[in-house]
Amino acid sequence: MNPSLLHDAPHPAETIVLGKRFRLPNSRSIDTYLANDGYQAFMKASKMTPDEIINEVKTSNLRGRGGAGFPTGMKWSFVPKQSPKPKYIVVNGDESEPGTCKDRVLIQYDPHQLIEGILIAGMSVDAHRGWIYIRGEYRYLIDIMDKAISEAYARGWLGKNIQGTGFDFELSTHTGAGAYECGEESALLESLEGKRGVPRIRPPFPAVSGAFQCPTILNNVETFAAVPGILQMGGQAWADLGIPKAGGTKLTCLTGHVNRPGVYELALGFPVRRMLEEVGGGIRGGKKLKAMIPGGSSCPILTGEEAWELNMDYDSMAKVKTMLGSGGVVIMDEDTDMVKAALRIIRFYQHESCGWCIPCREGTLWLKKLLTRLDEGVGTVQDIDLVGDLADNMLGRTFCPLGDAAAMPMMSIVRKFRHEFEAKLAQKSVSMAGLPQLVSING
Amino acid sequence: MADVTFTVNGKSLQAPAGTLLIDACKRSGIEIPAFCYYEGLALQAACRMCLVEVEKAPKLLAGCTLPVAEGMVVHTESPAVVKARKTTLEFLLTNHPLDCPVCDKGGECELQDMVFRYGAGESRFTEIKHHVDEKQWSPVVYFDAPRCILCYRCVRICDEGLGVKALGVTNRGAYAEITPNKGDHLECDECGSCIDICPVGALTSGIYRYQTRPWEMEHVGTICTHCSNGCKTTLGVKNDQIIRGNNRDRSGINGEFLCVKGRYAFDFVGHAERLQSPLMRVDGKLVEVSWSKALAHVAQKFSEIKAAGGKFGVIGSEHTTNEENFYLQKFARQGLGTPHIDHRRSGDVPALLDAVSGKSGALATTADLYNAKAVLIIGSDLSQQHPFLAYQIRSDARHHQAKIFTVTEGPVREDKVAAKKVRAAAGEQLAAVMGLAEDLRAAGDLVVVFGDSIQGSAVGELVSFIDSLGVPAKYVCLVDYANSRGALDMGLAPHLGPGYHAAAQTGMSLSEMLADATLDALWVVGSNPLKSAKLASEKAFVVVQELFLTETAQRADVVLPAASAYEKSGTVTNVCGEAQRLRKAVSVMGAKADLDIFGLLARGMRLDLGQAAPDKVFEEIRTSVHGYNVPLPVIATGGAAMTAPVNGRLPAAAQPPAIQSARDSLFTSGSLGRYSKVLKTVLEAPGGLYKP
Repeated sequence: MNPSLLHDAPHPAETIVLGKRFRLPNSRSIDTYLANDGYQAFMKASKMTPDEIINEVKTSNLRGRGGAGFPTGMKWSFVPKQSPKPKYIVVNGDESEPGTCKDRVLIQYDPHQLIEGILIAGMSVDAHRGWIYIRGEYRYLIDIMDKAISEAYARGWLGKNIQGTGFDFELSTHTGAGAYECGEESALLESLEGKRGVPRIRPPFPAVSGAFQCPTILNNVETFAAVPGILQMGGQAWADLGIPKAGGTKLTCLTGHVNRPGVYELALGFPVRRMLEEVGGGIRGGKKLKAMIPGGSSCPILTGEEAWELNMDYDSMAKVKTMLGSGGVVIMDEDTDMVKAALRIIRFYQHESCGWCIPCREGTLWLKKLLTRLDEGVGTVQDIDLVGDLADNMLGRTFCPLGDAAAMPMMSIVRKFRHEFEAKLAQKSVSMAGLPQLVSING
Repeated sequence: MADVTFTVNGKSLQAPAGTLLIDACKRSGIEIPAFCYYEGLALQAACRMCLVEVEKAPKLLAGCTLPVAEGMVVHTESPAVVKARKTTLEFLLTNHPLDCPVCDKGGECELQDMVFRYGAGESRFTEIKHHVDEKQWSPVVYFDAPRCILCYRCVRICDEGLGVKALGVTNRGAYAEITPNKGDHLECDECGSCIDICPVGALTSGIYRYQTRPWEMEHVGTICTHCSNGCKTTLGVKNDQIIRGNNRDRSGINGEFLCVKGRYAFDFVGHAERLQSPLMRVDGKLVEVSWSKALAHVAQKFSEIKAAGGKFGVIGSEHTTNEENFYLQKFARQGLGTPHIDHRRSGDVPALLDAVSGKSGALATTADLYNAKAVLIIGSDLSQQHPFLAYQIRSDARHHQAKIFTVTEGPVREDKVAAKKVRAAAGEQLAAVMGLAEDLRAAGDLVVVFGDSIQGSAVGELVSFIDSLGVPAKYVCLVDYANSRGALDMGLAPHLGPGYHAAAQTGMSLSEMLADATLDALWVVGSNPLKSAKLASEKAFVVVQELFLTETAQRADVVLPAASAYEKSGTVTNVCGEAQRLRKAVSVMGAKADLDIFGLLARGMRLDLGQAAPDKVFEEIRTSVHGYNVPLPVIATGGAAMTAPVNGRLPAAAQPPAIQSARDSLFTSGSLGRYSKVLKTVLEAPGGLYKP
C-alpha cells in the first residue's frame, strides 16, 4: 500500500474544498460520500439545462488541472451540440509527470467525487459513456476506482435512469500500459482505442473528434473532481476562492527538500514564500533554496531567488517564463547537484519519448548521452553550449508537447546553473598529462 | 471548393481551400521537403522536415498538415526554416549509420539528398550510435533498423495501400523499430512496396541488394509479362541482366504499384532451364540443332503439309505481343490457309462486347476503377489474381469512399472495404448480384468487374440487369495474362478475326484441335495446352515456340526457343483494353522473338505476309484492326492508350468456347511462374502466406 501523502490534519493555510472528505473514516465508500453532500451537486445539475451547467463552470474560472490550464467551461462548450454521434467523457488519470501525485490522492480518498464530476460533465454535453484512463502503475487505484464504480452502479448512481432523473451513464476504468506519452490527450485516446500510444494530428481537437472519432470531453482527474464543488457552492463562490482569471483551489504536491512534503490544497495565487515556509515547514535542514520546479519536471526551472517572491498561479508563473503545470512542486536545496538533476530529468524524457517524431526521439537520447558524460566530468565547454542548443532545436518543432517538456527544463538549467556544469568539468576533467604515450608515430 | 489566395516566398499562389500547403506548393514548383508525407497515404507530421514559417504563427508549422487559407503568408526557405531542417537532419543522423558507400540506397536516397542540400558539413555528435543487427523478414525483404528514420511509409503502404497490415512499430523512443506483426517474419504479399517506398536503405530487396549502384544500371520501362493488369515495370539492367524491377518514377497506369511478380519475377529470364538452342526430334529424341536447320525443317514440313491439303492447328499465346498475335493469325489464315486458330481462353470478352453493343464508354479503364463511385466484383479474388485492379479499388474506397460490393465464392480481401459482401457459388453469382439491386442503384456510377463465372449468355443477362438499374455502368471482363486481351483483339479465335470481325471461315477451337485425331500439324506459340490435355493426333507434326521445355514442348517435333516479353519490343493490351509498349531490356543468347521466328518461317515458305518488324506490324494493326487506331505518341512515350473494340453485335461462336481462368495466386503465374526462383522461394518460405 502506498504511504499516505496526506498529513493527519490539514494545514491551517489550506483552503479545503476538494479534500473535504479526505480525512473522514472510510472516506472512499459511497456511504461516507452520500452522508457528506455526496451526489447533491449531480441532483442540482439534473434540474439545470446543459448551458446553465457549462455557464456555471465558466463562471468558476476553473482551468484544466492537467498542466495546460485551458479554461474548462470553454472546452466543454466546444462540443458540437448538433452532432449525430454519441458524445463521450474521458478522464485523464495517467498522472505521470515527475513530482505530481495529486490525482492519486483524489482517487484514493474520494473516488465518488470524481464520478459525480463525470456525471455532471456528461449531463452538460449529453454524453452517456465515460472512461477513466488510469496509468497502469496505479494498480491499487484502479481497484479502488473499480470498487467505487460498482458501488455507484449498485446504488443507482450509474447506469440507466440515474436516481429517476432519466439520465443514463455508463462508466468504466481503462488501464494504461506504462507510457508517460499517454498522458497527452490525443495519445491517451489512441491508447484508449487499443492502439499504440502516439499522439494524433490536431485539429480536430477531442471536443470535435475524440474517442472513436466522436465528440469527447477530456479533462484531468482534478478538473472533474472540482466540478461537484463548483455546482454546490456556485461558480462565483468557487471563483472567489482564487484570483481573477483562475478560480478555486489547486492540489499542490510539495516534494523534495522541504520539511513537510505532501499534498496540500491551496487557493490559486498562494504565495510561494508562505507555501515553503508555513505549509512546507521550511527547507530541509534550514538550508537555502537553490531551485524550484513549479509544476512538474517539464516546467522551466526557477532559481531560489526567482521563486521566492512568486505566487502559485498561471499568470504569475507565465511572467517568469515557466508554468504552474500540474502542481508538482519540486524543491531543491543548496546541496543539489544541478547537473545530476538535469540528467535525471532528461533520462525520464528519453525513456518516455514515444519515438513518433524525429526531434524528440533523437534529441532526448542525444541529450541523455551528453549529460551522462558531463555528469562524469567528461567533456568540453562547447558540450555545455550544445545542451542548450540541442534543446533549443527541439523546442517548438516536435509533434507533441513532450519534446518541449524535455527541452524547457534543459534550457533553463543550463542557462541558470551553467557555472555548475563548468565547475564539474574543471573539477573532473580528464588530463592527458602523465599518461603513457600509446602510439609512437616516428618510432 | 473555392480558391484561396496565399503567398509563398513572396509569390502569390492560388489553390482550392483545404489543399495542404505541401501539395499546393508542389503544384507551383516549390518543394517543401518531407520524409513521412506521402501523397495518397495518411498524414503523419512525424518527420518535422516540412516545418515552414507562417507569418503570425507563434512557431514553425508542419506544411504537410496545414491547409492553405486566404491571406496566409508562408516562407519555406527562410533562415529559421533552413535551420530547422538542418537540425532535424542532424538529429536524424545521430543514430543513422553513415554507411552510404555500401548501402543499396546510396545515390537514390532521400536522406542523402536532404543532407546534401541542408546538412552540416561537420558532425557534433560524438556519442556512440545505437545499433541493431540487420534482420531478414522474408526471402525478399531485409530490414536494417539503424538506417530507419521512422517515417512510417512502409507501415502505411502495407496497411492502406495493400490492405495487408503486415508491419507495425515496437519499442519506444529512439529504440522504436518497425516490426512485422508476425514478430520475426512477414506473412504478406511480398510485393516489396515497403522497400520501394522506404526513403532510406532500411528496407532492402533480397534480390537486388549488393548487386549494383543505382547509377550503373540502365532503366528500361516496359510492361510486366505476368498477369493481365498491365503494370509498367522499370527494369534495372546491368551487363545485359535484369537485376531490379520497380516503378519509382510512377510512369504508367499503375503509378508505383507493383506486386511480387512485377517486382521480382523477372528472374525466369535467366533460368538455367531456359531453351537457348532449337531442338529437333531425331530418332525419337529432341536434340539441339542450329536455327537454320530447325527453321528449314519446319518451313519444309509446313509447305509439304500445306501442299498436301493437310489440316493445320495453330494455338497462340497469352503472353506474346499484339504484333506477334496479329502476324500469327495472318500466317495461319493467309499463309497456311487454315481457319483453325485459337488460344487458351480465360474470360468471355466477346460476350461482353456483344452485350454492350450500341453503348458508348461501356468498357472501364484501370483509372475508372479508382474513380468510380461504386465497384461490383463478381467471382474473382482480385487481390490474388489481379493485384493492381484490387489496389485501384482499395484506393478508390479509401480516397473517394467508393462503395465496394463483392460477390464471390469465398472470402476475399476486398471484403474489408466492402459495403456488402455476398458468398455465392459460381453458378449462383448472377442471382446474388440481382439481390443487390437496391444497393447498386443507390450507389450509382458503377464499374462491374467479373471473372469466368459469368460467361456466355450470363454476360448478357448481367448487362441487361445492370441496365435495368438505370445507373451509368462500365465493365471489366477479367482475363488471365499479360496479353490475353490482345490475343482476342488480334483474332486468335476460331470464329473471330482481328477486331472481332467474323472470320471468313470458322475453324476448330483449341479443344477440338487437340481432340482431332486427323490433325496433320500443330503449331503452338507460347502456350502449354498439353499440360492438362492429350493430343489425339499421333501423326501431327508439332512445332512449339517456347521459353522452356514445357509438357507441350516435350511432345514437339521441333522446339524453337523464344524470347520473353522482356527481350523484345511490341505492344500488349491489358485486361481493360489499354495498349502499352514493351521495350526490350535484355537479350538471351539463342532465343528469338516470336515475330522474328514468324518472319523467318514465312520467308522459308516463300509467303508474302509483310515485314515482320514490330513497328511495321503495329502500323498495320493501327490501320486495319478495329479500335487500335491509338495515338502513336502515347504508345511511343510509354503511355497507355485505350483501345475501342468494335461496337456492334458479334458473330456467335459455333460452339460455346471453353473459358476458364487459371486461378493463379499472387505467387503463381502459369508455366512462367514455375521458372521463377523468387516466386518459389516465397512460396516455400517458413510461415504462412497472407490470407484475408
